[in-house]
Amino acid sequence: MPFILIILLLLCSASAYTHAETSHRKVQITDAYIELHTGPGRGYPVFHVVDRSEWIEIRTRKTDWFKVVASNGTTGWAHQNQLEQTLNPQGQQTHFEQIDQHQFNQRKTEAGVLSGDMDGAQTITLYAAYKFTQNLSTELSLMQAIGNYSNNLVTNINLLNQPFPDWRISPYFALGMGNIKTTPRATLVLAKDRSDLLAHVGIGAYAYVSSRFALRAEYNRYVVFSNNDDNEDIKEWKIGLVTFF
Amino acid sequence: MEDRTGYFFLSTALIITSLMLSTAKAESDAPIQVIKPSLKREPVKLARIDTENFELGIYVGKLSIEDFGTRTVTGARLAYHFSEDFFAEASYGQATAGDTSFERLSGSVRLLTDAERELSYYNISFGFNILPGEAFVGSGRAFYTALYLVAGTGSTKFGGDKRHTLNIGVGYRFIFNDWLAGHLDARNHIFDIDLLGSNKTSNNLEISTGLTLFF
Repeated sequence: MPFILIILLLLCSASAYTHAETSHRKVQITDAYIELHTGPGRGYPVFHVVDRSEWIEIRTRKTDWFKVVASNGTTGWAHQNQLEQTLNPQGQQTHFEQIDQHQFNQRKTEAGVLSGDMDGAQTITLYAAYKFTQNLSTELSLMQAIGNYSNNLVTNINLLNQPFPDWRISPYFALGMGNIKTTPRATLVLAKDRSDLLAHVGIGAYAYVSSRFALRAEYNRYVVFSNNDDNEDIKEWKIGLVTFF
Repeated sequence: MEDRTGYFFLSTALIITSLMLSTAKAESDAPIQVIKPSLKREPVKLARIDTENFELGIYVGKLSIEDFGTRTVTGARLAYHFSEDFFAEASYGQATAGDTSFERLSGSVRLLTDAERELSYYNISFGFNILPGEAFVGSGRAFYTALYLVAGTGSTKFGGDKRHTLNIGVGYRFIFNDWLAGHLDARNHIFDIDLLGSNKTSNNLEISTGLTLFF
């Protein structure tokens, strides 16, 4: 139960933080008018319009929608595209950061979750990556593989080379090494935990989708340096979601 | 002699000209200020816009653990809203399994130890707000709501093993104000289990209600 308490504590501090904000950004409309919707979504009805040269106050933002208060006190939600047609108090055009593929190509850090198959075992991978240049990055990944006879936990450090980072679907090559911890299933008798070194090569691709996310798919060949006479050869594929900062 | 006189006149002329120039320069330097402008610049720093795309909360409900009874489940979830349509969600929950009917009928047989009866799961899911809308309470109040579908992958620790788990479900989000929302969720956690002799796919239905904060 302690984690529930931690979350509760976080929630309290988060709500206190939400209410600390007092000053709001004011902008002046330069379009003929902007439409205010009753809610933060395209389907909510338009119930009010604010005319050119009126000032509005921006309160909060949810995804691409902004809660604004008109000078007569009417509160509604306006879309980012409409708010870009406004001026700030210095007379400059309001600019909101658009997250697009350019931002994705320029990313410094990324994190993601992938799911797949490793020689019949289902896998879940969590990873975080840092990009040295547009082409070269390093990442730390944690993979849980659940098979019929054992559970595996694979920790890996990878080096990725992305030769064409500007492509919408951009391929990459990976090299990595790490550790595989094997825990036999509880229903098996007389089996012991094992920990072995492993190395892998892989190919894969990123596909940018929109805003802050992209898809990633990968195929890897692992070599496990086990105590047995032969090294094990494992194939793995996975696909998942990537977000970036 | 002539040289010396010329030199004298030239240097005098030079001194006078330079003096005249400098006074003229001094005169033009003096500011002619008729009205003192009172310029007050607005601060350049723009107020930060508070974004509320993250959602963090807790939930409590009932989890039907196949063959092991229906027990209370508690959990926490963190979601990130990519757009008005899509979100990603990570959640963690735990419950304690009960006895199978075989254990109850046979009397003293115990299939699992107490520690093995502790069930915990985590999952990472992708959600789609399929029916966003408004709910009206009385005549003067409207709340944003959304019916959403989720599907994801994760792992369940139960009976001494971790089991790869798929989850699918449907939920209803009721947004009270800018920062607080209530949830009603129905999920199915699907995993393979070999505890009772043969390997089978078990469906574990969960109904939960929860509160989340946007930040």
